[in-house]
Amino acid sequence: MAKLKISDLAKIKDQVTQATSLREGGAQVKVTVHMGTCGIASGARNVLNAVMDELTKSGRKDIIVTTSGCMGLCSAEPLVTVEKAGAEPIKYSHMDDAKMRQVFNRHVLADEVQTQWVLAKGSEQ
Amino acid sequence: MKLFRQHWLICGGTGCQAAGSIAVRDALKAEIQNQGLAEEIAVVETGCNGFCAMGPVAVVYPEGIFYVAIEVSDVPELVSEHMLKGRPVSRLFYKEPATKNVIPDMMDIPFFAHQKLIALKNRGILDAENIDEYIARDGYQALGKALTEMTPEQIIAEVKTSGLRGRGGAGFPTGLKWEFCQKSPGEIKYVLCNADEGDPGAFMDRSILEADPHSVVEGMTIAAKAIGANEGYVYCRAEYPLAVHRLQLAIDQAREYGLLGENILDSGFSFDLHIYQGAGAFVCGEETALMRSIEGKRGMPRPRPPFPAVAGLWNRPTVLNNVETWANIPQIIQKGGAWYASIGTEGSKGTKVFALTGHVNNIGLVEVPMGTSLRTIIYDIGGGIPKKHRKFKAVQLGGPSGGCVPEEHLDTLCDYEAIAKVGAIMGSGGMIVMDDSTCMVDMARFFMDFVQEESCGKCTPCREGTRRMLQILERIVEGEGQEGDIETLEELAAMIQTSSLCGLGQTGPNPVLSTLRYFRDEYEAHIRDKKCPAKSCVALLDFVVDEAKCKSCGLCFKNCPVSAITWEKKKPAHIDLSKCIKCKTCFENCKFDAIS
Repeated sequence: MAKLKISDLAKIKDQVTQATSLREGGAQVKVTVHMGTCGIASGARNVLNAVMDELTKSGRKDIIVTTSGCMGLCSAEPLVTVEKAGAEPIKYSHMDDAKMRQVFNRHVLADEVQTQWVLAKGSEQ
Repeated sequence: MKLFRQHWLICGGTGCQAAGSIAVRDALKAEIQNQGLAEEIAVVETGCNGFCAMGPVAVVYPEGIFYVAIEVSDVPELVSEHMLKGRPVSRLFYKEPATKNVIPDMMDIPFFAHQKLIALKNRGILDAENIDEYIARDGYQALGKALTEMTPEQIIAEVKTSGLRGRGGAGFPTGLKWEFCQKSPGEIKYVLCNADEGDPGAFMDRSILEADPHSVVEGMTIAAKAIGANEGYVYCRAEYPLAVHRLQLAIDQAREYGLLGENILDSGFSFDLHIYQGAGAFVCGEETALMRSIEGKRGMPRPRPPFPAVAGLWNRPTVLNNVETWANIPQIIQKGGAWYASIGTEGSKGTKVFALTGHVNNIGLVEVPMGTSLRTIIYDIGGGIPKKHRKFKAVQLGGPSGGCVPEEHLDTLCDYEAIAKVGAIMGSGGMIVMDDSTCMVDMARFFMDFVQEESCGKCTPCREGTRRMLQILERIVEGEGQEGDIETLEELAAMIQTSSLCGLGQTGPNPVLSTLRYFRDEYEAHIRDKKCPAKSCVALLDFVVDEAKCKSCGLCFKNCPVSAITWEKKKPAHIDLSKCIKCKTCFENCKFDAIS
């Protein structure tokens, strides 16, 4: 990668926004597993493996799976955010392998929010 | 045998009976008689259906309809609609949680609603291992501005305007620190980051490095331009492997993009950053000890002056700030010092991150505007004390250097001076909430144990004095306290505070002094009456059941790991002291305070 100039920062911003935004024809869903030390300690790695496994089985190409850091509410970890195009992000708390598989199959794939495990909708900003 | 067209199975379990299922059953039967349906419809009482929380419940066959929370007033409608007209009453259906649509908005949840994110602005949003995502959230824009549009003086002026003070604990104005260093003569200068977070119960810095490492890299690079440094170090403890890993990735990616290294963003300015892993000695969080440790020497403090701004790392002018301070810098440059200064109180600007832990429902990381009361943090954000039969007792701020704040001062605002006034310190942000099962003498003993173990040994008062204080405290919790112990503790504390070189000794006795200030009677009860009012110190407990208070619930009996408790229904429990191992499991399980 060549050294950046200031104008490149805006280009990268555009590219990333293009690549990660949920929109017509692009990615439809983004699943974020929060993996700070608190998340990992309470089992986020199993949760991430479950998503990856279900994603492979589904064969879908328009689902982004990514990781992120601590969301602040360490006592509710593992936390997972599911964002679908045109809908508010949904945060699930206290996830595990089995719950994650159900969320993937029924919310990510079938649009049925699994409210029993939902912490909140929306985002902090 | 009579054939019924409908069977109504009413739950007669204890839970549903308590909720009124018998009255509902009788009302149903009476209404069925009234309507002349007795030959067609059977009402059967069943055992517990398991869904006690929604009782009284009923299942109707052959349709298999499940009604919940039925009241006597619902009966006429059920009979006329469902039984007569065959139209089930949907408002009494059990609603599958998966389809009920009441998801709270994140900002309606008090935990999030009372927070304001600056240092943690990217938390949980971006992938910390991908620099592009940081850039997409306006990352490195502030650096671009600082490198191409601002002079060092302008950068410093902006930080001074912001009113930002050191978030490591001492609260020294950051802009002033930079200015001293910028004015110090010297070709070679250094920018350091203190990530040697060591207070028990504090994890703010780790979390920032894990979630948003680039904000620290960017903040440090901006300071480097301001003071004229070309090299920097992040001193991070080796116990934070994930933080070290993500920070290293961040540094590597920034270097690859030319955001670190030679000629950053084509501005002619060069700066590079390294991680130095510390072995975890608490004293290495003290600035001069930290610098010695990076130099490869034993981490011990040295007298100041000269201050690091004049002679720091390798005797060169050095700026050292902690992780949270650095994470604030990019936004101060981007949005302006005045914006930052508009948040907070007269003397404390911006926000502060706290690691909220202990006896509180929502354990986690919270960032609040300065001027938020401790009560808001503990009760609104933290959700209060988890055990219903327990009461709030005190909150420990600032770890081993800080002090406790009792109930009567809970309305104290987050402000460096206001917190100092009640005998604690803002500190780095550790906030340990304690309920009334916590013995304050034992808590002071815990922190003194920590301090004496972490004392580097350079100053005799700190090395020896903290050990003597610990011995006295251990004696008191063992029930062997003597008259005069409190006075000796106070004398030793004053001596250690005034004759130690660094913050560790100067502040180490604080937990003892602040508990003495607010909970002196607890010390006296331990020493004179040989009692621990919080029923926490094992040596001062009898392990006897108070039969007058015992409600014969059997919880102690069920939880005793060594079967030392005998109990029968409706009879008070009894503890066999010859079998008892004094593990206190019975204490923790007794809801009626019946064991002493």
